[in-house]
Amino acid sequence: MTTTQSAVLSIARTQVLENGEGLSEQQVLDVLRLPDSELDELLALAHEVRMRWCGPEVEVEGIISLKTGGCPEDCHFCSQSGLFESPVRSAWLDVPMLVEAAKQTAKTGATEFCIVAAVRGPDARLMSQVAAGIAAIKDEVDINIACSLGMLTPEQVTELAAMGVHRYNHNLETARSHFPNVVTTHTWEERWETLRLVREAGMEVCCGGIVGMGETLEQRAEFAAQLASLTPDEVPLNFLNPRPGTPFGDLEPMPGPDALRTVAAFRLAMPRTVLRFAGGREITLGDLGARQGLLGGINAVIVGNYLTTLGRPAESDIDLLGELEMPLKALNDTL
Amino acid sequence: MTLFCDRCGRPAADPGHERCARGRELEPPRYCPECARRMVVQVTPVGWVARCSRHGELTGS
Ligand code: SF4
Ligand SMILES: [Zn+2]
Ligand SMILES: [Zn+2]
Repeated sequence: MTTTQSAVLSIARTQVLENGEGLSEQQVLDVLRLPDSELDELLALAHEVRMRWCGPEVEVEGIISLKTGGCPEDCHFCSQSGLFESPVRSAWLDVPMLVEAAKQTAKTGATEFCIVAAVRGPDARLMSQVAAGIAAIKDEVDINIACSLGMLTPEQVTELAAMGVHRYNHNLETARSHFPNVVTTHTWEERWETLRLVREAGMEVCCGGIVGMGETLEQRAEFAAQLASLTPDEVPLNFLNPRPGTPFGDLEPMPGPDALRTVAAFRLAMPRTVLRFAGGREITLGDLGARQGLLGGINAVIVGNYLTTLGRPAESDIDLLGELEMPLKALNDTL
Repeated sequence: MTLFCDRCGRPAADPGHERCARGRELEPPRYCPECARRMVVQVTPVGWVARCSRHGELTGS
């Protein structure tokens, strides 16, 4: 360990905790290189930063796959690509089931419901299904609606904003320098362009990615810095859950301490963002992960199941929030 | 009747499904346990529905 690395925590205390200024790429790298013996101190600092700049509230979200599988893209981590020998078959959800899923989500106390489709970008059929679904949900359920439908045209961005979509998710997935090793059917820059359009239209920007996809620590730091430069409203952080049949199917899940260091480092890079625990946390961190993350910089969770895999029961996470005395963010609050 | 592993679709009597069993704790089934057809699976926030074109629907949470 270099002097810089061990010094980074005391620098972060002034720079991030007191002044609210995120760590630079090099500083994030120093954090990612901290030894396990300094992990507790790091997590405690990330937690303080989150409490100071975001508060104790936790934003709870449920997600649903509106269109599953058969995607023409080749994201190497994804079981929904139609280009791999994945066991996931195409499926469409109808509007009544979509409304039911929104109700189930609202019942947990969640304030966010994200509608996701496995597509390169929406076609007319998907846009009309989304419009019908959102109208039906708004009639019956009190919940914020987010969407994740791939790359958008300027017209589609305008349409989604007009439907009342308050936040749009589009992940950069990984560092720009690692992206070509993960996806070859579209570019990081194309993803960035959609994010720019989303922001311009006044929707909140939700952008994160997956760690543990063979990136180096340098690239993980690069990714944190690139996300920070986007200043997203929310960053969902996923840990690779190697899916059978995908090119990354044989990678090992990331070790727990590395996952926690990443959580803390991302928090220190982005003190004010909604940092969400997303997929793969159960695999990487086990049952203790939720607690460790929530005390290490996380202030938002996806509860219940994911798109093609299952999560912990929503009640386990909600009970944990009660135990940690972290109130659920209420509807119409802003963090 | 469980003739096939519902995670990998190979005969259940074959060895080597320990990893499948572990995986299934956090995954819905993907193959019909009766005929090994790939099922159409919809995951929802609180459960899942898996449909085999021949053997109908399975549900779980
Ligand atoms: S675009 Fe989305 S659904 Fe399609 S392969 Fe990539 S991650 Fe999977
Ligand atoms: Zn098996
Ligand atoms: Zn069958």
